[in-house]
Amino acid sequence: MKPATDLPDRRTLLNDLWAIQLEKRHISDQGIKTLAARYQLSEVEIEGVVSFYHFFHRQPAGQYTIYVNNSVTAMHSGMPAIISAFEEATGARIGQTDPTGTFGLYETSCIGLSDLEPACLINFQPFTHLTPQKVKALVWQLRRGVPVEQLANPIPQHLRYQLPPDRAVLLRPFVPGETLKPLLQLDPEEVLSTLEASGLRGMGGAFFPVGKKWRLCREQPGNEKYILCNADEGEPGTFKDRMLLQYLPGLVIEGMIHAAYATGAAEGWIYLRAEYRWLLPELEAAVAAYYDRGWLGAQIPAKSPFRFDIHIPLGAGAYVCGEETAMMNSLEGLRGEPRVRTYFPVERGYRQKPTVVNNVETFAAAARVLEIGAERFAALGTPQMKGTRLLSIAGDCERPGVYEIEWGTRLAEVLDWAVAKSTLAVQISGPSGQCIDPNYGDPCFDWDDLRCGGAVTIFNTQRDLLQILRNFSSFFAEESCGVCTPCRAGNFIFTRKLDKLAKGLGRADDYVEIQNWSNIMRQTSRCGLGRAATHALLTAMEHFPGYFSWYFSPNGAAGAQPFDLEAAVSDYRETVNKTLGTTKTN
Amino acid sequence: MAKAVSIQIDGIEVQAEEGQNLVDAIRGAGVFIPSLCYYEHIQPPLGTCRVCTVLVNGKPTASCTATVRPGMKVVTQTKELEDVRKGMVEMLFAEGNHFCPACEKSGDCDLQGLGYRLGVTATRFPHLFVNRLIDYRPERMVIDHNRCIRCRRCVEEVRTDAGKAVFSFVNRGKDTEVAIDYKAETELTEAQALQAMHLCPVGAILVRGKSLARPVGERKYDQTEQGWEKEEGAIEVPTPKPGAPKKVVATTSLAGCFGCHMSLLDIDEELLDVVELVDFNKSPLTDIKEFSRRCDVGIIEGGCCNSENVEVLRAFREHCDMLIGVGECAIWGGLPAMRNFIPIEECLLEAYGRTTELEDSKVVIPKHEDLPELLDRVYGCQEIVRMDYFIPGCPPDARHIWKVLKHALFGQPYALTHEEFKYD
Ligand SMILES: Cc1cc2nc3c(=O)[nH]c(=O)nc-3n(C[C@H](O)[C@H](O)[C@H](O)COP(=O)(O)O)c2cc1C
Ligand code: SF4
Ligand code: SF4
Ligand code: SF4
Ligand code: FES
Repeated sequence: MKPATDLPDRRTLLNDLWAIQLEKRHISDQGIKTLAARYQLSEVEIEGVVSFYHFFHRQPAGQYTIYVNNSVTAMHSGMPAIISAFEEATGARIGQTDPTGTFGLYETSCIGLSDLEPACLINFQPFTHLTPQKVKALVWQLRRGVPVEQLANPIPQHLRYQLPPDRAVLLRPFVPGETLKPLLQLDPEEVLSTLEASGLRGMGGAFFPVGKKWRLCREQPGNEKYILCNADEGEPGTFKDRMLLQYLPGLVIEGMIHAAYATGAAEGWIYLRAEYRWLLPELEAAVAAYYDRGWLGAQIPAKSPFRFDIHIPLGAGAYVCGEETAMMNSLEGLRGEPRVRTYFPVERGYRQKPTVVNNVETFAAAARVLEIGAERFAALGTPQMKGTRLLSIAGDCERPGVYEIEWGTRLAEVLDWAVAKSTLAVQISGPSGQCIDPNYGDPCFDWDDLRCGGAVTIFNTQRDLLQILRNFSSFFAEESCGVCTPCRAGNFIFTRKLDKLAKGLGRADDYVEIQNWSNIMRQTSRCGLGRAATHALLTAMEHFPGYFSWYFSPNGAAGAQPFDLEAAVSDYRETVNKTLGTTKTN
Repeated sequence: MAKAVSIQIDGIEVQAEEGQNLVDAIRGAGVFIPSLCYYEHIQPPLGTCRVCTVLVNGKPTASCTATVRPGMKVVTQTKELEDVRKGMVEMLFAEGNHFCPACEKSGDCDLQGLGYRLGVTATRFPHLFVNRLIDYRPERMVIDHNRCIRCRRCVEEVRTDAGKAVFSFVNRGKDTEVAIDYKAETELTEAQALQAMHLCPVGAILVRGKSLARPVGERKYDQTEQGWEKEEGAIEVPTPKPGAPKKVVATTSLAGCFGCHMSLLDIDEELLDVVELVDFNKSPLTDIKEFSRRCDVGIIEGGCCNSENVEVLRAFREHCDMLIGVGECAIWGGLPAMRNFIPIEECLLEAYGRTTELEDSKVVIPKHEDLPELLDRVYGCQEIVRMDYFIPGCPPDARHIWKVLKHALFGQPYALTHEEFKYD
């Protein structure tokens, strides 16, 4: 038997699948056969990749493929009515195409437009602030042949809060090339020590010190190293990377150039989530502009000139690909499953070579550190969290959008800026974060308090917490990569548990079980997805004991479990009634 | 030559090879650690099942994914870790559809073996009852998705001579499963096909015409299997104080086959002793139909498949101080739960629409106010009422039922030992 490593390189597989999907509107059996032959793989392996990614369809997905998103904020902004309007206007049921194959209508996870909900993608172009009337008009125009691109909305910047110029880090005037100037004076070692001195940490959720990560990569032997910009931004409610990529792509690119210089990497990728495909032309133009100026390619001006290339591959609809090792697998043309942690990416990452993975915002902030200096950066924020952070604020507030705040800012202040009224709960860092009562203990954004990954989603007193948590639960059950038991089965089991609570069948025992089961998932899951999946539920139970006491009523004294007999026999009754008087058809 | 280094396992310094897989190092130190997906020569390790979770330097880690490093501190045995690992096995049982009595791998199955070993009687999780495929399309194999634990061994290991993968994971999230390549499968040699069947830790890969079954006594988990300490020693059965009042027992068979009741009677002459000790109230054994007094213990065979079962079970809960579920059907539905994957309409039409000989050729599904109504699926007893104890088995052995019962009635309840409750 041949080891898998002898097989042909499959790095271009996702690209090829995209080409087929976009042209033929699905990946047919023939398409699978062709690719299997091209890559010398068995068909089932291609099938395995295709079925992993949400945006690859095995059945035709319509000339116009519509993805409505089922994030909590979308649902709260009236998505159910939008879905009905699409169904009515297109004749397609959700999850299918209409009989003529013109329109395909599908649900998908958050598409990174939470400040503009209800929103959808049509052929990967964004449509925001939808209303049933708008949907009708839109479908009518599409039927008349108006190109989708022409109809798509411009996406506003929605920069809501900018720090005063002396405190702003990211959102301040940007002159392309400005952050690269220091490279003429600094050698890589000095870049590293600047970053280390700044205290900048990663912004993608794990908060690993950036200087240290880059140094670890630099210290690895060999000269084949890679820079990977994580633009997968899949955490529902997060859209700050979208804003950066759209309005400050140069800053992100410059951050990657710094990383390349500091680590010795010669190639970089911006792994762009397919939901942001509409950003691709602008982003490619931005990269091209850097090549034009000689800031990318061979001989990049610096104290010791270097070479660096950037490519922009696309994801294909999988939240878990935001996990760094899953992303590397995805880039390699595999299913986007997180790897077993035998090595850190800086030791063995993409193609088993040392790789720096950072979030979009991290690269942008790193570039700014070089520009404004470590000292000025480190003077901002708190002792443990230096500098600033972008927040994506959405949900029940008047001013959703992107806010740059200094670490240490109080949540109450942020809610005021956003004009959030009658706030019941705030979801910090998306579904994998905490669901908290903002009035409880005056929380602020800091290491030991709200270590926020970027999303702040606001729910007012009209909202049903359990429904929100149920939405999160199915998100994880769908988006789990499925490779490890606790996350694949555990999240599924949790959806059932929450259904049980929603039916009013919960008891005090369930409260204890939720804690026990969550602990099991936290201790055993391979990656952060499974470990964090019940975090929101646990924190909500802790912060809203009054609300939950209704769901966890005392255990029945006689030992009767809640069981709805009427519901359990209803299928039988229906069948009996339906078949009354029907004739046998053998 | 690997360097011997010293590491700590549960507070004890032991020597292990640097770089060695931690599972092997733990086992080398004579400490039991379960595993399911771990397959020695697959690198990097699969790390899918997570039943080998331990603490490495305080951090929960799947031990098969860690390698020995000097000075590492490993904790394997805490109450919490044991519960967590057992939880993993329970989760796999809840996720799949494991009808062991009908399974070719029974007795040789790693999942089943671990279930016994870790003392899983009932899973704490609700059974998901997802309708899964038994794939008969491959030429040479049958793939039973009900039993697959997605360990990934077959995906990594089974390749044709041309190097093509025969298995792959497909879909993702809760729908993740293993699929087989029908073309590549035909290219496997007989030996490769058999290898696939044998590397599968459960009974998900079967090769047509090749029996997995080995005679009892020769199977992997038969009692002499090395590394499994034999649990022995007579357990003292408590006896009632002389002159104490007789205990009152009720029994019922819900959606079961009466097999557990038959087993109950299987103690032969000892039955006479039993009659000395207990009085039977409502029970098919006495033909008493209604409870006439409060009972100490209710013995339940079978799960609930219709409205009458639910009512009877609830009445038992109300009239008995303690409820003991006997057999797999009571625990989670058992064999009758095989119908849980079929919509009730289809079940009823199959039974009354297509197969009965009715003269007027009308579909008549019996319905009368005196007839119980069918539930949408078969439920385990603890989904309806709180249960106090379960005695696993299909059916459990008579001696064990009585041993548990006597303990429950006259002394402390005790968990059956592994040897006792193996029924594969
Ligand atoms: C399930 C999961 C999803 C993730 N999604 C993202 C993401 O969308 N964007 C991101 O930057 N990091 C994401 N991460 C974190 C990355 O694995 C990684 O830690 C991060 O990109 C490192 O960059 P940083 O050091 O700049 O934060 C995710 C992690 C997990 C476990
Ligand atoms: S925790 Fe979930 S997403 Fe992460 S590896 Fe396991 S199954 Fe995949
Ligand atoms: S695979 Fe194992 S656990 Fe599953 S039914 Fe077969 S013997 Fe039982
Ligand atoms: S078929 Fe068997 S070997 Fe393959 S993943 Fe399933 S359990 Fe593992
Ligand atoms: S044996 Fe370690 S994860 Fe499966």
